[in-house]
Amino acid sequence: MAKPFPLFSRVLHWTMAVLIFAMLFIGIRMVSSLPDYHRLVSIHKPLGILILVLVAIRLINRLLDPPPPLPEKFPPLLRFAAEASHWLLYALMFAVPLVGWAMLSAAGYPIQLVGSLHLPPILPHSDPLFAVLRPLHTALAILLFATFLAHLGAALTHALIFRDGVFQSMASWRK
Amino acid sequence: MPPDLDRRYSLRALASAASLARLAVIGAILVLIAAVFVWAGWFFFPRHLDQGRIVHALEEANGRHSGFRRAHGKGVCLSGWFEGNGAGVPLSHAGLFKPGRVPVFGRFSLAGAMQPDSPKGVHALALNFTLANGEVWRTAMVPAPVFVVNNPKSFYDQLVASIPDPKTGKPDPSKMKAFLAAHPETVRALGLINAHVSASGFANETYNALHAFRFVNAQGVSTPVRWSMVAVDAFEPAPATAPSANANYLFDALAARVAHGPVQWHLVVTVGRPGDPTNDATVPWPADRTRVDLGTLTVTGLQTEAPGNCRNVNFDPMVLPSGIAPSDDPLLSARSAVYSADFTKRMSEPKAPSPVQLGRGH
Repeated sequence: MAKPFPLFSRVLHWTMAVLIFAMLFIGIRMVSSLPDYHRLVSIHKPLGILILVLVAIRLINRLLDPPPPLPEKFPPLLRFAAEASHWLLYALMFAVPLVGWAMLSAAGYPIQLVGSLHLPPILPHSDPLFAVLRPLHTALAILLFATFLAHLGAALTHALIFRDGVFQSMASWRK
Repeated sequence: MPPDLDRRYSLRALASAASLARLAVIGAILVLIAAVFVWAGWFFFPRHLDQGRIVHALEEANGRHSGFRRAHGKGVCLSGWFEGNGAGVPLSHAGLFKPGRVPVFGRFSLAGAMQPDSPKGVHALALNFTLANGEVWRTAMVPAPVFVVNNPKSFYDQLVASIPDPKTGKPDPSKMKAFLAAHPETVRALGLINAHVSASGFANETYNALHAFRFVNAQGVSTPVRWSMVAVDAFEPAPATAPSANANYLFDALAARVAHGPVQWHLVVTVGRPGDPTNDATVPWPADRTRVDLGTLTVTGLQTEAPGNCRNVNFDPMVLPSGIAPSDDPLLSARSAVYSADFTKRMSEPKAPSPVQLGRGH
């Protein structure tokens, strides 16, 4: 069997998988719900910032402790797709929360987290900026959802069809 | 196939019956997750009442004015400060209730859209308090003692009943009659609202947050409250007919009053008792409830709506500092959702100058 991902990498991966999956559903639900809107928005903002912090830790961890290589005989085209989709996932994990934070800043909203804890604005209060960032946040989130589906499909293909140990290298319980 | 590739990655291996069956399972899993995602956004239920439908109904009822709020479209920005007197500290640990000043900006507006000022116009006051630690409190208030409905569905239904008929240009009275027949709470609320006498202007009006909230103190004790901004200027009832043909006479009178000197209000909270309804904005609390004066709002300036001021602010009543919490009133989350949808929509629209231009039209 292939060498597994470092334990800390696996913990980060699965924690973020759960958080991002929940986040995408919270996001799509809150914009069309009257009774749940406030409760969901109140979770959405701090959870988004938590994901931003975790992805920063994860990127540093990935550079310090790189993932195991793909199987030697993995075809170049699939190898390219795998690498490109991982970097797209990383880019989106940074971009979606950052655009969310920027969008709230441009709208002049306070960026409330928990209790009295809040963040400063990262952009000036501006309606043209908000008008660009608000739809961008949704578009990037939908792209993240699509990329997540592709990632899950690829993972399951490794697990059920290629059976090359790639899935186990992330799904392993071993220390 | 190049000989160095492992056969498991070959198309031939993928095309086997076993692989195709597994691919179908994987495809089904992905489709299922995508379907649940779409369902969560309620895209399958166009009849579901959401924020977009309420914003649309507001446009039908008030007319569509690009770039302006769908409700309370006509307004002017204000600036000043709030000075807490310390009396709120036992009720709430929010920083602004300690003795001291915090900066305030806000907006005076009239309910509806762009109609000319009239004695029947509903004055409104929206405020943003910026606390010393950077937290923000926003609240929007009107003179009425209670709200006309107690849930989002009723709000939508009464809005739809008041949409002008395209043929007559007026709402169909039979629709409102049918709504009222089904909503005795609205009939009771309208009785209280119609008995209430409006002030002659913005400056001597008293404004009420129609919804109950909760104050939470440093010990974690939560108390139901409703708050008001009680005018210091002497009350004078609105005249029977408009005193001027000027379409902005109310805003011009306000500007003249502010030019004359600061205008003040007392922030007064009514403290609820256990059993007082917090989830029904149509029902007032008994008149004998304790009222506490928490400090003074001083308005020192007005500004014509512009990109950098109150125009681009959503006075979402759920923007609350720690120490003020929502109640179980179902209209609060719905208001927050609708205000946000309205804000997102109007921010991306072309904007015309406000009909209220200070320094002109006197």
